[in-house]
Amino acid sequence: MTPIDVDEAVTRAHREEWARVVAALTRRFGDLDIAEEAAAEAFATAVERWPADGVPPSPGAWLTTTANRKAIDRIRREDKREDKHKEAQLVSHDEPPEPVGAIEDERLRLIFTCCHPALAMETRMALTLRMVGGLSMPEIARAFLVQEAAMGQRITRAKAKIKTARIPYRVPSAEDLPARVSGVLAVLFLVFNEGYLATGPGTDPVRHDLTAEAIRLTRLIRALLPGDGEVAGLLALMLLTEARRTARVSANGELVTLAEQDRGAWDAALIAEGHQLVRERLAARVAPGRYQILAAINAVHTSARDVRDTDWSQIVALYDQLVRLDSSPIVALNRAIAVAELDGPEVALAAVDRLEDKLADYHAFHATRADLLRRLGRSQPARAAYGKAIELAGNTAEIAYLTRRRDQLG
Amino acid sequence: MQYLVSVIDDRTDSATPDEMAAIRAFNERVQAEGHWVFAGGLGDPSTATTIDNRGAEPVFTDGPFLESKEYLAGFWVFQAADLDQALELAAEGSKHCNRRVEVRPFL
Repeated sequence: MTPIDVDEAVTRAHREEWARVVAALTRRFGDLDIAEEAAAEAFATAVERWPADGVPPSPGAWLTTTANRKAIDRIRREDKREDKHKEAQLVSHDEPPEPVGAIEDERLRLIFTCCHPALAMETRMALTLRMVGGLSMPEIARAFLVQEAAMGQRITRAKAKIKTARIPYRVPSAEDLPARVSGVLAVLFLVFNEGYLATGPGTDPVRHDLTAEAIRLTRLIRALLPGDGEVAGLLALMLLTEARRTARVSANGELVTLAEQDRGAWDAALIAEGHQLVRERLAARVAPGRYQILAAINAVHTSARDVRDTDWSQIVALYDQLVRLDSSPIVALNRAIAVAELDGPEVALAAVDRLEDKLADYHAFHATRADLLRRLGRSQPARAAYGKAIELAGNTAEIAYLTRRRDQLG
Repeated sequence: MQYLVSVIDDRTDSATPDEMAAIRAFNERVQAEGHWVFAGGLGDPSTATTIDNRGAEPVFTDGPFLESKEYLAGFWVFQAADLDQALELAAEGSKHCNRRVEVRPFL
């Protein structure tokens, strides 16, 4: 087995097994901190040992067993003098881990704990990305546009609160479930977005592992809450976005915009499933939440066989509906992009420029301005805006696309 | 597991007769359900005396250690299985006493 094969095996195991290992250890030791540290140590051991020893036949079982030992070692070190009884208990539990399939729902438990309402929303997202998504601290810090040290502190504080205040490790009761779901959906949407527009110079431009994980977990929640419109909406939104994944990055690693994508390369099955969910929500005749509106916008896009057939007035109308629910500048920016198609780039640019105070550090703000300025033939300011967008963008495909666009300016 | 539920107010002994009745009924239920440890109302911070006996002599200072517009006006100590149960009790406490409350775990 070549070093590259081993690297791939470790990467795959991390993607597939991280959350399972953390969830199984949290269940067993009742402590997220121990679970996370032991899981991280187990993966570090895999990186060290697999090149020499070979990749074990069942990497997940190997990692769980190794992480269990690491956790027990740590607890023994800490409790050596104080708690002989606890040690004896742990020894009696030193048995082979459960088969991987049996702990499937453990991850759902882990999600609800990480998304507990006693934690700040940003903390819930960070914790879920770390514990369930397995993202590294720099990746999470980047997703939130904060310093790595600050993010580390936030996660450390959250773990301490979960432990000290005894936030339970379980799926909420049926009556609490709907209220607990919206926080979970926000987190899953963020995980999906990090996968769809992955950041970092060493990462793939689209991380199918994260988008697939977000979809998988959203499906799981939909199975639990089939009547929840926002769960259906988020799943539809993800499916309709994921359907365009392969068309979204060119063979030479450049982002392909929605207008330029080969629509024949879109995944027809995912689109059909997404459209079905949107129709189901329309038929429910209940006022839609933001995910349902975003799903409807994506349904309009994916209904057009050619970009010229896109019903932009419908899209702008949906964005108007969304603005009433969510007054964030990012929604206003996306609305302006649709307005450019309906009323022209001049009108859109005026709307975008009004957002400068709030979005000056957001790459998509500058990328949108650059595109509008280019279409208006204003090459000089367009060049500067592309430069700013390139500087702030973290996605390799997007940087490649923006760079080509800038270099093609007259 | 025990939790301190602090009642936050900018006045003290300010519950109306209706609020007092609601609090009493809630307290009786909490006792019947086995979550009761202790509860009480406190005099306002101007009645506090702060003491520092870390040196040779105890030093008494008239007033609270921390001046703030809102303060601890009363509290419950609940026995609860976990934070979810404590939050549920505290949310009902907030409703019955008609004040904001803060929940903190005992170590």
